[in-house]
Amino acid sequence: MSTTAGASPTTGAGRTPTSGAVRLPGTLRLGLDRTGVELRAFFRERDAVIFIFTYPLIMMAIFATVFAGQDQGTADASVPFAQYFLPGMIATGVMLTSFQSLAISIAVERDDGTLKRLRATPLPASSYFYGKIGLVLITTVVQISLLLVLATTAYDVPMPDDAAAWGTFAWVFVLGTATGAVCGVAFSSVPRSGKSATAVVTPVVLVLQFISGVFFAFFALPSWMQTIASLFPLKWMAQGMRSVFLPDEAKVFEVGESWQHGATAAVLVAWLVVGLVVGVRVFRWRRRDDG
Amino acid sequence: MDITTPPASAAHGPAIQVSGLRKRYGTKQAVDGLDLQVERGEIFAVLGPNGAGKTTTVEILEGFRNRDAGEVSVLGADPATAGRAWRSRIGVVLQDSRDQAELTVAEMVKHFATFYPRPRDPDEVIDATGLREKASTRARQLSGGQRRRLDVALGIVGRPELLFLDEPTTGFDPQARRSFWELVESLRHDGTTILLTTHYLDEAAHLADRVAVVRDGTLAALGAPDALGGPDARRPVVHWVEDGEPRAERTARPTALVTSLAARLAGPDGELPGLRVVRPSLEEVYLDLIGAASPVDARAEEPAPAAARPTHEEIAR
Ligand SMILES: Nc1ncnc2c1ncn2[C@@H]1O[C@H](COP(=O)(O)OP(=O)(O)O)[C@@H](O)[C@H]1O
Ligand SMILES: [Mg+2]
Repeated sequence: MSTTAGASPTTGAGRTPTSGAVRLPGTLRLGLDRTGVELRAFFRERDAVIFIFTYPLIMMAIFATVFAGQDQGTADASVPFAQYFLPGMIATGVMLTSFQSLAISIAVERDDGTLKRLRATPLPASSYFYGKIGLVLITTVVQISLLLVLATTAYDVPMPDDAAAWGTFAWVFVLGTATGAVCGVAFSSVPRSGKSATAVVTPVVLVLQFISGVFFAFFALPSWMQTIASLFPLKWMAQGMRSVFLPDEAKVFEVGESWQHGATAAVLVAWLVVGLVVGVRVFRWRRRDDG
Repeated sequence: MDITTPPASAAHGPAIQVSGLRKRYGTKQAVDGLDLQVERGEIFAVLGPNGAGKTTTVEILEGFRNRDAGEVSVLGADPATAGRAWRSRIGVVLQDSRDQAELTVAEMVKHFATFYPRPRDPDEVIDATGLREKASTRARQLSGGQRRRLDVALGIVGRPELLFLDEPTTGFDPQARRSFWELVESLRHDGTTILLTTHYLDEAAHLADRVAVVRDGTLAALGAPDALGGPDARRPVVHWVEDGEPRAERTARPTALVTSLAARLAGPDGELPGLRVVRPSLEEVYLDLIGAASPVDARAEEPAPAAARPTHEEIAR
């Protein structure tokens, strides 16, 4: 264009380098740029901020306030309601900022042409996914940090003071986030349009919350419901987080009276692998109806 | 860092070469044996009605759709397999866009510039596309024309050698179209090769060095806008009224026809009722090429559409 002509000695018809190398921007650096753009877009989308980012904080505040002073448990053993509720909210938060966030945002981006537009540029696919990973990591870390601060300051939930518990927290958190993110990418191909994405993804997430011991104590659910919930990651993430935030005696509430860390890791890894395989196979940059 | 050396052939030969291109959707043959060649530095228009196969063709050239048959070379590479280095040399403006609505104009242009090895200055691109006042407006708040300018800004910020524009001005008001044309012309000055699709004849005539008229996925005509259809398509049409019926005839020798008609039909005042000798306008040539209506019928039945170019070639009696 006239305003840029002469801005560089390489403008003009013959500007293609015929010899020498073209240095394309690095994949990782582009991933960081993508992370910045993803975060900006995420926090400007009111729906995402309310239903993905602040949802566990709001639920924590409501439930811990309504059931203040009550205990969760049996006549033999019990813990304060807020203390039992926090691990479920952490697990839910991880699922929302990884699974729900990516399942909806990628479905919308596929439908509205964002993916196709990016595909038309030299942006590598890996940089796009690094951006998504960055988005999930940052939103999840910030969200869970706020949740922990809220729980301790407002509702007196004690934090574990031994390193082993935080070690458990770390691996459940990381594995749960990774599994949720990968399954979110795979699930983004299910909604038929961007408009229907929220309507398709939210019920899945909501039903899981009800059957996985998030809103109702897991030990109080009928055993068939417990069996179904055991097929999905949320139950295991919630249980793993309970092992971090509840006293060790509280494992009498668990099925088999054990924290079942081995089973937790196995189920999360299984979903991670299934999500990866399915995600890689079904991922498309364009709408189904597009050419 | 990816380091890629473009093929030695990259800067030589035509920007785009297509032969025998075919693409079918179910029973619909969207592209049916198309041959095209676009030279470096030219503005080439693919002109045709809706459904002619323009988008299908362009998206095959952009590497988005797979072809069923045919040879395709874009900047020396096959778009179906070309990689990042090739993508950094093309610019793509898709037919419709409503994406990334929460980002501002400046954010998007700056972000896309980071994808390319030798981008244009984002601020200069924002100025050149007339988006300076909208630089901090989110994409969702832009008007249709501004949104389209943003698409172009994103298409050119990487300093492409070859720019694809798929129906860039559909839905524009005349003034917005004019200023868009100026933008495209300034890109030509910069040496960018442009492949443009449009269903507006005036757009192709105004911008393009050469036009390919496509109809049902085949090439109906190819050439400079004012030479479309060849000399035959420009033969004048003589209109007159006979027995109260409008009549028309296309002829290479209108004077002879008028003379013979006058001898046969002229009234007592020596005048031939309803006589007009009309050289088909570009609009009529085009409509004839795409089979929308023959120039003879179009003239005889109804006035030309409002969008018609001025019929300066009309020879008034
Ligand atoms: N993804 C698709 N699936 C089925 N038919 C398609 C698809 N894309 C285009 N077509 C059909 O192919 C023909 C050419 O379409 P298109 O290339 O979009 O034309 P244009 O861009 O010239 O309007 C049309 O009949 C259209 O309906
Ligand atoms: Mg089209």
